Amino acid sequence: MNTVKVNSVLLTADGTPLKISLARAQRRSKIIAFLMVTPLLVFITIAFLVPITDMLLLSGNNEIVQRILPKTVETLQNWDETSGKLPDEIVFAAMVEEIKKAKIAKKHTRVGQRLNYESSGFSSLFRKAGRKVQKIKNPPYKEALIKSDKRWGKVETWQVIKQFSGKFTDGYYLAALDLTRDSKTGNIESLPSKDSIYLKLFLRTMLLSSLITFLTFIIGFPISYLLATIPTRISNTLIIFVLLPFWTSLLVRTTSWIALLQQEGVINDFLILVGLIGEDGRLAMIHNATGTVVAMTHILLPFMILPMFSVMKTIPPSFMRAAISLGAHPWRAFWKIYFPNTVAGIGAGSILVFIIAIGYYITPALVGGSSGTFISNRIAYHISQSLNWGLGAALGVILLGIVLAFFVLYDRIVGIDNMKLG
Amino acid sequence: MSSLPSYLSLPERIWHYVFLGICAAILFFLIFPLLVIAPLSFNAVPFFTFTKEMLAFDPAGYSLKWYEEFFTSLNWQGAVRNSIIIAFFATIISTSLGTLAALGLSRPDMPYRTLFMSLLISPMIVPLIISAAGMFFFYSRIGLQGTHLGVILAHAVLGTPFVVITVTATLTGFDNNLIRASQSLGATPTTTFFKVIVPLITPGVISGALFAFVTSFDEVVVVLFVGSYKQRTIPWQMFSGIREQISPTILSAATLLILITIALLTTLELLRRRTERLRGVSPS
Repeated sequence: MNTVKVNSVLLTADGTPLKISLARAQRRSKIIAFLMVTPLLVFITIAFLVPITDMLLLSGNNEIVQRILPKTVETLQNWDETSGKLPDEIVFAAMVEEIKKAKIAKKHTRVGQRLNYESSGFSSLFRKAGRKVQKIKNPPYKEALIKSDKRWGKVETWQVIKQFSGKFTDGYYLAALDLTRDSKTGNIESLPSKDSIYLKLFLRTMLLSSLITFLTFIIGFPISYLLATIPTRISNTLIIFVLLPFWTSLLVRTTSWIALLQQEGVINDFLILVGLIGEDGRLAMIHNATGTVVAMTHILLPFMILPMFSVMKTIPPSFMRAAISLGAHPWRAFWKIYFPNTVAGIGAGSILVFIIAIGYYITPALVGGSSGTFISNRIAYHISQSLNWGLGAALGVILLGIVLAFFVLYDRIVGIDNMKLG
Repeated sequence: MSSLPSYLSLPERIWHYVFLGICAAILFFLIFPLLVIAPLSFNAVPFFTFTKEMLAFDPAGYSLKWYEEFFTSLNWQGAVRNSIIIAFFATIISTSLGTLAALGLSRPDMPYRTLFMSLLISPMIVPLIISAAGMFFFYSRIGLQGTHLGVILAHAVLGTPFVVITVTATLTGFDNNLIRASQSLGATPTTTFFKVIVPLITPGVISGALFAFVTSFDEVVVVLFVGSYKQRTIPWQMFSGIREQISPTILSAATLLILITIALLTTLELLRRRTERLRGVSPS
């Protein structure tokens, strides 16, 4: 029995069983494949994934209060914020001491700035305190600090400090969704609709992106159909009309739309020349939502046409002919036979255009004015101007979440392995 | 398309011409914004529209001064130099790393293929403003913000997905028996690589490199954040030009960029025809 088993095992030339030898070869091959991917993986991780993650983590980061006011935060833990009474002397002593220290390091304004995002007035409160605390030499600190600014004598001030003293915060996310937490009760409430900015901005970004996607579809469909059904010789020439804008610099295309659409621009001048509008009736087509929609529809059109074209090219013309010869009206044949076959291309193009549109920054920034800007413009504003990085990061996380959700959908429909360019 | 079948009814004929009219209008919409730039760039006065002199074809209405400005101003010449340097090095990095990774990803026994593929092409999916902000914070901390190296690395990241995708696409349907045949005939792995694999992937590598180059050459969001005036590229210069003092020099730069694009597309088309002729297939 035993000998038979030994004989049935195939051996390679060096005497190892084939099974083991094969497994070894396959393992080696896997390792080689992985090693070839490693350099790029390391590069992308260090130069891209780590920076992105690092930035996105800012959205929940709240170390600043604890780092600059460690003792105050510690002593505040023993204070009952619902009691309606001010904290004890020990908290005030810690606060005065730590503002003094922070003033020397010039960091007291940063705490104020951080808390100002949650409740306005903190920025000036801490700036003022930085100047006044130097004079406070002896206890009782409580009276001295309140004397320097009566806001220190308000329970609400301390409630906010305690509430936002943790290492992590959801404050930025609440702000990004136009929510606020009541500092007394701790309940999350939505802001009155006149103060809500970000939900409206997200909604506008989604609506305008949907409109742009729809327009690119309506405009792109006839052209894709034409390119897919005419003889290759002609379509090879006509496709240049699609490829030339596709390859032309984004800034060039945006610039030309500025030249065309602005008040003193080509289209307005032309309309006056032919007498459609008067000199004082120049249309405002730029620095508003119209400008963004027109320019972005033009810019993103190739991203819609190319996937639709490549799908339509694979639909045999005999399908339509068969339907018509069986008695269908050409329209009916088109709707029942041709159109359903193009759905994959429409889906791929639409999701692609939508994903690109909702993250767009440059064109809305240049032609969008105030009513045509997107959430990206707000993120850029918080990163480079208002310096409220936490809020910028929180808005970024939400935007990224939306984009990734649509990308998963794209992957389901098209598959990232089938992604083609040009 | 030129000759309609004789059995078509009148409404069908009319619809056919209406359809062609719609298509012509769309093609006009696509190409007109690019065509309008060129004449405007010869404007004698600093406006973005046609003046009366221009419409009357009066030579006084035309001028080459914005081109002169483009070729003599330090801002624009620095921008041209920076654009070329940054795009060149970024393309080298992304093409070499991307090709190697694509070769690895296309091997039949690559583990966790989809996961790695998603990670490697993530720079293409993440909205640019998020990438730019993330790189801005991180590169500032390690001293790369405001350096050429920083912008080159950032652009290399943005370019790699294109290389990975195009090279992987050329390798789909790659017959692994070719490698086995080459090895069984006694070729070393190096010989196999240069004599069998390289000729097969070259078209994909070239078009990937082209995509990477154009991505960097055209990119502005990341340069705005990771770069500074010293790293100004042509798009950077155009962006700040549009925001600050709007001058037709931007239009002359745009015209030159369109000419470059046309030259690039023509070269590609000629290359494509040549390949097809060499392969002996009629264009399809």
